[in-house]
Amino acid sequence: MPPPIAPTGGARSASDHYWRKNLRIMGILLMIWALVGLGAGVLFADFLNQWNLGGYPLGFWFAQQGSIIVFVVLILVYALMMNRLDREHHVDLERERIAQKSNPETGESGTDDGGTR
Amino acid sequence: MSIRAWTFLFVGVTFTLYLVIAWLSRVKDTKGFYVAGQGIPAAANGMATAADWMSAASFISMAGLISTLGYAGGMYLMGWTGGYVLLALLLAPYLRKFGHFTVPDFIGDRYRSDTARLVAVICAVFVSFTYVAGQMRGVGIVFSRFLEVDVSVGVYVGVGIVFIYATLGGMKGITWTQVAQYWVLITAFLTPAIAISLDLTGAAIPQIGLGSTLVGEGTALLEKLNQIHADLGFSSYTEPFVGSWNKLNVFCVTLALMAGTAGLPHVIVRFYTVKSVAAARWSAFWALLFISLLYLTAPAIGGFARYTMLDGLHGKTAQELPAWFDTWEKTGLILWLDNGDGRLAYTGDERNEIFRSGAMSTAAIGKIKQDHALWLSNRTGADGRVVLRQAGLSGPDRDIIVLATPEMAGLARWIIAFVAAGGLAAALSTASGLLLVISSSVAHDLYYRMINPKATEEKRLLVGRGVIGVAVIIAGILGIYPPGFVSQVVAFAFGLAASSFFPVIVLGIFSLRVGTVPAVAGMIAGITFTAAYILGSVYGGMSSWAFGIGPQGIGAVGMVVNFAVTLGLTPFFPAPDAGVQELIRSIREPEGVGPALNIDASVEAD
Repeated sequence: MPPPIAPTGGARSASDHYWRKNLRIMGILLMIWALVGLGAGVLFADFLNQWNLGGYPLGFWFAQQGSIIVFVVLILVYALMMNRLDREHHVDLERERIAQKSNPETGESGTDDGGTR
Repeated sequence: MSIRAWTFLFVGVTFTLYLVIAWLSRVKDTKGFYVAGQGIPAAANGMATAADWMSAASFISMAGLISTLGYAGGMYLMGWTGGYVLLALLLAPYLRKFGHFTVPDFIGDRYRSDTARLVAVICAVFVSFTYVAGQMRGVGIVFSRFLEVDVSVGVYVGVGIVFIYATLGGMKGITWTQVAQYWVLITAFLTPAIAISLDLTGAAIPQIGLGSTLVGEGTALLEKLNQIHADLGFSSYTEPFVGSWNKLNVFCVTLALMAGTAGLPHVIVRFYTVKSVAAARWSAFWALLFISLLYLTAPAIGGFARYTMLDGLHGKTAQELPAWFDTWEKTGLILWLDNGDGRLAYTGDERNEIFRSGAMSTAAIGKIKQDHALWLSNRTGADGRVVLRQAGLSGPDRDIIVLATPEMAGLARWIIAFVAAGGLAAALSTASGLLLVISSSVAHDLYYRMINPKATEEKRLLVGRGVIGVAVIIAGILGIYPPGFVSQVVAFAFGLAASSFFPVIVLGIFSLRVGTVPAVAGMIAGITFTAAYILGSVYGGMSSWAFGIGPQGIGAVGMVVNFAVTLGLTPFFPAPDAGVQELIRSIREPEGVGPALNIDASVEAD
């Protein structure tokens, strides 16, 4: 069912907003992931080994301890931020639905819109 | 009580527990069978995912691998945990929103192509069988070492147990059994690690212990280890990129393992079993948290065991050797061929007298020992050290590190027996998860979606149970008669997952533009390149022509090939149709997950 432009235009803007925010959170976290795992753990490991952390040479520590700890924290931060973003998004969608209902031009297909997953 | 009696007791108790759980969670429909009714709480799913993921190899071999490799062991640690970040951020929430049963399901629907579905089914089945053969072998090995029965008897017992709880409870039975198995395996792994840490460094937390100073010595453990390594001709323990592992290879292997982890079907399907998108994200967090308990401890065990071995063996006479050496020499995991001075030498050069029997038969090893004795007395036989070094069998078997650690630390007998139960839990939990993937790929994707879409619910459940039964038996046969290439094949499985599934799924979610032809072409290009390179360098004697990257790391390049081919072809082929565009948008939208989709209705919608 190809939807007419007007009603989905509204829903799509909330979804687009959500998606852009999602991509930004993801991009930042993945950058940290690459910097710590592939960067500190591998590419700069020999350089970092000149320092010491709790009895470990730093590069070696990143490869065998630090990167894993950072990975766990990254997923935790992601889950917290995204689940909060989901709730905000839910409120945005509700607001749009109400706005569409009160608008007589798009009222009919507006109720249908909630069902489009 | 003897170690053997304790082992019988623990194995008996844990196996009974698994069967009771299986009986309590038996299922009646396909949804329960494949995705546990999508009602598993996030934390429980995290434990099940952790047990699913940590195989016999993680439990028994990984600490030993790190112990031998030193710094370079980190590539396994980072690869197998870093993959979860990719999984959590790029795949898990979206695939849960998609809400079907399998990975081929997603690929088939997103690219609207039965060819893509079929390629995915073949990859999933191949990857899973590769893995499951190793698990069944692991069960057999644990049985044979701790209970002194034949390896094949161990495999029969393992097959029997998995057969009962997997066919009875499907995904639901497997999930709740895996939760129990997680606790058995993690306790069995941590207890000896804490004990040996206290023994060597006085620190109760192994991760702190590895960075501490040795009790009664005053030197830091890692420093001492580097010093011993230098004295005995091994390459440095903490210094990166020494020996055969250069920076490029470590980088490629790490990346290939990360992408491969995120593309492994038995891990991905675990995220279909939770209630919502938010729960899928939490579940990924719990999974990695539970996994990290073992992965953060393994390097500590590796370092402690390395020190204990070098310090406890090198330069000792037969009378001075510790008791655990005799126990494990009987198993062939460690061998001593003396040069005639009566003192053991464990070094990284030709003075070395420590070997392992590897895949050699007892008779062949006996012959080598006999010849060596002759060579020692009158120089007639053959120097066994040269023979074994040329066969690539220098140094002890890496499995000894975890298996013998409790004895090295002088722990009580029941703890040693508990480690056996832990190894079995690790092997069985992974095996059952993999078998379910095989079952769902064949029974759901191949039979129901492609061959007989009109099959009734009862018939599909029957086929699902039948396939799992057949798959268990094939896995058992592969465990008793392991194909010689199993160790290379594990690298193959990761390379294949990294170069096929991972790019296709990621692009399927994050691009509205990538169509069927480029995706299939990319998948085939990635697999073909990776497979040809691995087979060529393992069997064909091909040199590692791609910048000297070894077969283990080539999956990273295969992944780049896949991405490049897919994205390069995309502008020349049409974008997916409106229906698929709508599907992608719905996957990205966290709203409206609700209770699980009705599978029959969702199929009709295609």
